[in-house]
Amino acid sequence: MGESVATEDPSVETEHRLALYRAMVLSREFETEAERQYKAAKIGGYCHLSSGQEATTVGTVTALEEDDYLVTGYRCHGFALARGVSADSAMAELFGRQDGCAHGRGGSMHLLDVERHFYGGWGIVAGQLPIATGLALGIVRQDRSQAVLCELGEGAVNMGAWHESLNLASLWKLPVVFLAVNNEYGMGTAVDRASAEPEVFRRASAHRMHGERVDGNDLDAVVEAATRLLTLAREEREPAVLEAVTYRYRGHSVADAGLAYRTKDEIAEWSGNRDPIELERSRLLEAGVAAGEIEAIEDDAREEVKRAVEFAEASPEPALDGLARGMHAPGSEAQFAGMRAGSPFGEETLTFDAGLGS
Amino acid sequence: MTPPAATAPRPARESPEGGVQTMTYREAIRLALREEMQLDERVFVMGEEVGLFDGSYKVTAGLMDEFGSERVRDTPISEEAFVGAGIGAAMIGERPVVEIMTLNFLLVAMDQVVNHAAKVGAMFGGEVRVPMVIRTPNGAGNQLTAQHSQSFDGWFAGTPGLKVVAPSNPADARALLKAAIRDDDPVLFIENLPIYKEKGEVDTEDDSLGEIGRAAILREGTDLTLCAHSFATVRCLEVADLLEQRHGYSVEVVDLRSLRPLDVETVAASVAKTNRALCVEEGWPSYGVTAELAARIQRACFDELDAPVERVGMAEVPLPYSKPLELGAMPGKDRICAAALATLEGAR
Repeated sequence: MGESVATEDPSVETEHRLALYRAMVLSREFETEAERQYKAAKIGGYCHLSSGQEATTVGTVTALEEDDYLVTGYRCHGFALARGVSADSAMAELFGRQDGCAHGRGGSMHLLDVERHFYGGWGIVAGQLPIATGLALGIVRQDRSQAVLCELGEGAVNMGAWHESLNLASLWKLPVVFLAVNNEYGMGTAVDRASAEPEVFRRASAHRMHGERVDGNDLDAVVEAATRLLTLAREEREPAVLEAVTYRYRGHSVADAGLAYRTKDEIAEWSGNRDPIELERSRLLEAGVAAGEIEAIEDDAREEVKRAVEFAEASPEPALDGLARGMHAPGSEAQFAGMRAGSPFGEETLTFDAGLGS
Repeated sequence: MTPPAATAPRPARESPEGGVQTMTYREAIRLALREEMQLDERVFVMGEEVGLFDGSYKVTAGLMDEFGSERVRDTPISEEAFVGAGIGAAMIGERPVVEIMTLNFLLVAMDQVVNHAAKVGAMFGGEVRVPMVIRTPNGAGNQLTAQHSQSFDGWFAGTPGLKVVAPSNPADARALLKAAIRDDDPVLFIENLPIYKEKGEVDTEDDSLGEIGRAAILREGTDLTLCAHSFATVRCLEVADLLEQRHGYSVEVVDLRSLRPLDVETVAASVAKTNRALCVEEGWPSYGVTAELAARIQRACFDELDAPVERVGMAEVPLPYSKPLELGAMPGKDRICAAALATLEGAR
């Protein structure tokens, strides 16, 4: 984390490359396991997987400095892991357990880690854009040298919040990079069936903002572009749109087989010939890394996921008396005390952080 | 990398003024904003026309001159973006006060208010807080017609995760706005167009904060409890005087001040004494604030009630432009008075 690649030199040293490779493998393995656990009914709700998009995820997050901010939409497992959220707390969150990073209140879409400045996976398409813009406004008000990376799917660019946020960020010169992950489909609607301008980075120009497109499956290219744009945001307060073209192998969510709107051949073309992990693996081999070393890293990532499942299984379900945990700030209990009279809704049993027990 | 709750106030300047002053509701709001901005550098105001224009309703007049355009920040017409920007800034420790020109325009930012600001605390397991205030006036009576005359107080008050306050007089407005700004949760602070010119005494040397979630008994009585908030309270106080002068009834007026949390305890204690309740609101009563009150009163005071709990609100139509039609639709003093008499005498 925070070991950004120098702008003039897009190559990364082997050790750092291996760390990034491991992060990509961890994301893939974590989500493969999450799908298995979902089908075993250990994970509920929605579960949006990003298999196939790992170079975009890991490449952009590694370009963040430690105190930069990260905000994403609901396809957030890989981003959380790449930012350093432990597989244990992420998996426990998917299991809805007390030791999850949102204490079982958020689930798959709402991972976060405030200490690592990951301010959430958000569930409403484009809803996170105004909030990311506000984090950038906070940075300016606090006169700090930080940037915000705001992930969104390409389906979000047709929302009003996209236009409003880009306009505000450009008008006020806010340090935010909007990462439009173009995986070709917004749910089942192909980008050219939804967007009059399917090259979504071009939308930035309407707001006098820099926009560019990168091969989202090429880790080097993603790291280079993300590092450059985040540096400009951080140091010059120049916001930007970075469109990463990639592909998701699985359906929109685990409940979608992903075949109604695309062909198996198309999926096979991406997964067979353009897989970001395979691409990076062959680069490592070319660079002289021993196959055994790579396999050891893969085994290690698989072990971490296995341990995460064990951790999640062992973590307790949240206690019912904590139903309203976190809903209001500590100290709010007295404000709500008057609501007990005539209440048919059991407000007296709701507990905030310090308890609102009767 | 400390979480936002741990950030300390950044002191600005001391307040130069003091003493008991008569001022309008509008001036009381402005005073609270100035005082909080002087106390704490993290507090900033943003919204449409809040700066150069001095505010659509002149609430923020002069603040840009005093605090600069960074802290009194004019926004484009982009409610969704700047409400969300308030959430984001608040999440990392700033204290934004977002002005929405009227409550009607908050509808285009509903997603940010209801599905984002209100969710952050619980959805993220208490890891993040949103210490943000959204100030906005509602209300009808100026022939502003269907799209600009509404009161959606009940919609927001029915949303867990939000706090909603709506004071009825200048002193409470100042004290509660200060409390809202210092509160660590998102607070919707509902003002009202006709109420801006209402006057009252404000002790500017009294720096105590208003109590969110605490109603006030503004007028004591024994025959009937009138229960309202914001401008409806102003009307109820006048009606209470009329009922006493013309009909000899002793009427108590409970000013809710806060809709979420709602101080049913104070309301119920009053109704237990008067045995009759009339709830009044500026909004449409179906599924509204008065519906909530009536449900809670009947449950808390079932044995004490001598008459059904009555309600008065806006006629349930999109408000027409025509002055007589508008007046006829609004919860004016005549309608409140008639409902009060029915509640007082109907059961005799």
